[in-house]
Amino acid sequence: MTQRIEVDPIACDAHGMCAELLPELIELDDWGYPVIANVDIPHQLRPLARRAVSVCPTLALRLRTAAAVTPTPRSRRPLARTD
Amino acid sequence: MVARVLHGIQADPSTFADHLRVHGPLPARGPSQLAVEFERSGLRGRGGGAFPLARKLAAVKRARGRPTVIVNGCEGEPLSAKDGLLLGVLPHVVIDGALSLASTVGASEILIAVNEIEVRTGETVHRALKQRPELRNDRITARVVWTPAGYVSGQETAIVRWCEQGIPKPRFGSPRVTERGIDRRPTLVSNAETAAHAGLIARHGGDWFKQTGTATDPGTALVTVSGAIAAPAVYEIEQGLALNTLLAQAGGCSEPPRAFLLGGYGGSWIDIADTAAVRLSPRELAPLRARLGPGIVYVLPDSACPVAETTRVAGWLADQSSGQCGPCVNGLGAVADELVRVCAGSAGRRALAEVLRWCGLTAGRGACAHPDGAASFVISALRVFSEEFSDHARHGPCDACQWPTTLPTDERTGAIA
Amino acid sequence: MKTYWYLTRSTGAVSLILLTATLVVGIVLVGRVHSEHWPRFMVDGIHRALSLLAIVFLAVHIATAVLDSFAPISLLDAVIPFAGTYRPVWLGLGAAAFDLLLAVAITSALRERLGHRAWRAVHWFAYAVWPLAIVHGLATGSDARQEWMAGIYVACAAAFIIAVLTRVVIGWPDRARLRLAAVGTLAAFAVGLAVWLPGGPFGPDWARRAGTPPSLLPHTISAPRAG
Repeated sequence: MTQRIEVDPIACDAHGMCAELLPELIELDDWGYPVIANVDIPHQLRPLARRAVSVCPTLALRLRTAAAVTPTPRSRRPLARTD
Repeated sequence: MVARVLHGIQADPSTFADHLRVHGPLPARGPSQLAVEFERSGLRGRGGGAFPLARKLAAVKRARGRPTVIVNGCEGEPLSAKDGLLLGVLPHVVIDGALSLASTVGASEILIAVNEIEVRTGETVHRALKQRPELRNDRITARVVWTPAGYVSGQETAIVRWCEQGIPKPRFGSPRVTERGIDRRPTLVSNAETAAHAGLIARHGGDWFKQTGTATDPGTALVTVSGAIAAPAVYEIEQGLALNTLLAQAGGCSEPPRAFLLGGYGGSWIDIADTAAVRLSPRELAPLRARLGPGIVYVLPDSACPVAETTRVAGWLADQSSGQCGPCVNGLGAVADELVRVCAGSAGRRALAEVLRWCGLTAGRGACAHPDGAASFVISALRVFSEEFSDHARHGPCDACQWPTTLPTDERTGAIA
Repeated sequence: MKTYWYLTRSTGAVSLILLTATLVVGIVLVGRVHSEHWPRFMVDGIHRALSLLAIVFLAVHIATAVLDSFAPISLLDAVIPFAGTYRPVWLGLGAAAFDLLLAVAITSALRERLGHRAWRAVHWFAYAVWPLAIVHGLATGSDARQEWMAGIYVACAAAFIIAVLTRVVIGWPDRARLRLAAVGTLAAFAVGLAVWLPGGPFGPDWARRAGTPPSLLPHTISAPRAG
């Protein structure tokens, strides 16, 4: 099970709490908006990711879980939302 | 050149009788048979996204609720005239397609979205709808919907939001409009040209559609050719046609060209040195980092200043942002402002590098593809016109800067036959 | 037992202080005050912790008020305003404040499920909790005239006024009328309080006028009913 953080760019208001909590994965651009690394969240950072989602003042962050399947072109499953 | 969608086109809007004379009656095919034909045809969207129609249809059919079909004729790209042409002169081809698509997904409602500036076009469509016998019952309704002029108003989720809430701005996130669109019912948004092709596929079948074009991009496509060209107009080409062939068909360049813009303001520039190999289909253009977009080829004359043109359009693109996403508003704004300084020669040493960095920072981080397209436009301009940009950064405006720019920046489509 | 009486008064005062602190920290949050040593997610955590602490102290305040045998206050009076026998109006304000605070707290706990808009709509009521609480305290409390309690009231009121003014300055830069309305409401409340206090809780015979049941009134202050 892999997890990624996704931001709703319309809801995001550049509060920046996510980047404070998760600097390993989230950086702020020139205008304070989050640039999220396009990688799976390492296991040890998952609690912090959860917290970042919960603390966002506009609830702009979401966690997306993908079922980890050995990727062959035909069986590639779409990302499924859990949270 | 083939004439499928544009077959039988006259100067005046075609009546239903004209349409039947040219194409014959629309055969009655059942929804499942239609779905098979669309799948077989490999038709992809002609609005710029090139999304496989069959997949969209399947998604709408899978979803719960009575679907709505929206024919997207908004055409916010100033350089594109094909959808306006189809709806204004050959409305029945589009209506054929809309009816076939509606039948395939079991829709009860067809909305034909027309840019509010194009009053005559909307009236033509309205009259054409009245002529259709298929609409004289309660099973399916069709009407014209006026959309506000604006570059992003024609985006898929923006149209749905406009119809529902009167806000012509994109939405973000799931579920997609194919699952939950207008009134929380599945919604199929189809570009007007796509619908026109669908109407022909409903008559002649999917295999017929594939008889021309390429294996990955079958069929024909409408391309708006404008700029320094002898006969600016909307042309129907077989996908994969060489760019030079199309230019010859359009009478050749009216002035010595400097570069070509493919795909509109969300597309990218191509140097004339590279055009020999250019074939017009999404697959063939991909290695050149270019896109046909909603079918646009613009010829920039040598006499124009590419820096001034790029700067003006970049400013327009920044203004056209729906203003919902920070990276887009700020990124495109910063790019536009800096390009103005570059053009005037008052920018710092690292200006062009910063512009490139901001473009990279903005692309992919908005709710829609607007910043991506704008970034592609600017990045390709900096690449193709690198000499002119460095020149302006160091020395300021050139002689050509004093003349008015040639690229149009209002939503009314360019002056095309 | 006298203990309950002391506890309810003290926890009431502490609740007011905590409420004020929660509000102040909340406005620091809205103001996006930036500091390396105080990351904003931490300020957010402090805001939530203070509000939870306020609710805990409020719970004790209510419980001890109910348990105390002196005043006839039932548990229902704590959540249903204006229905009690002991100073119904003024106690009721406290109950109203508590209800609103509960609404804010519960929606905050369920924020992710409710969505941002719904949560935000209810959260605005937090600004109403404080004025209700302080009037409740002044009118129901028995220590209003004590120096230490008065000091607490003044400090909390000052903090509240500064916080709300700051909030108005931070927000709605394009809507002058809204800002004016907010400042006007605050001014009206402050003036209203200043006008009411001398003739109200600080005036003579307040316990009887506030609605204390006659049986509980001290006999030294007995005003004749007639005339």
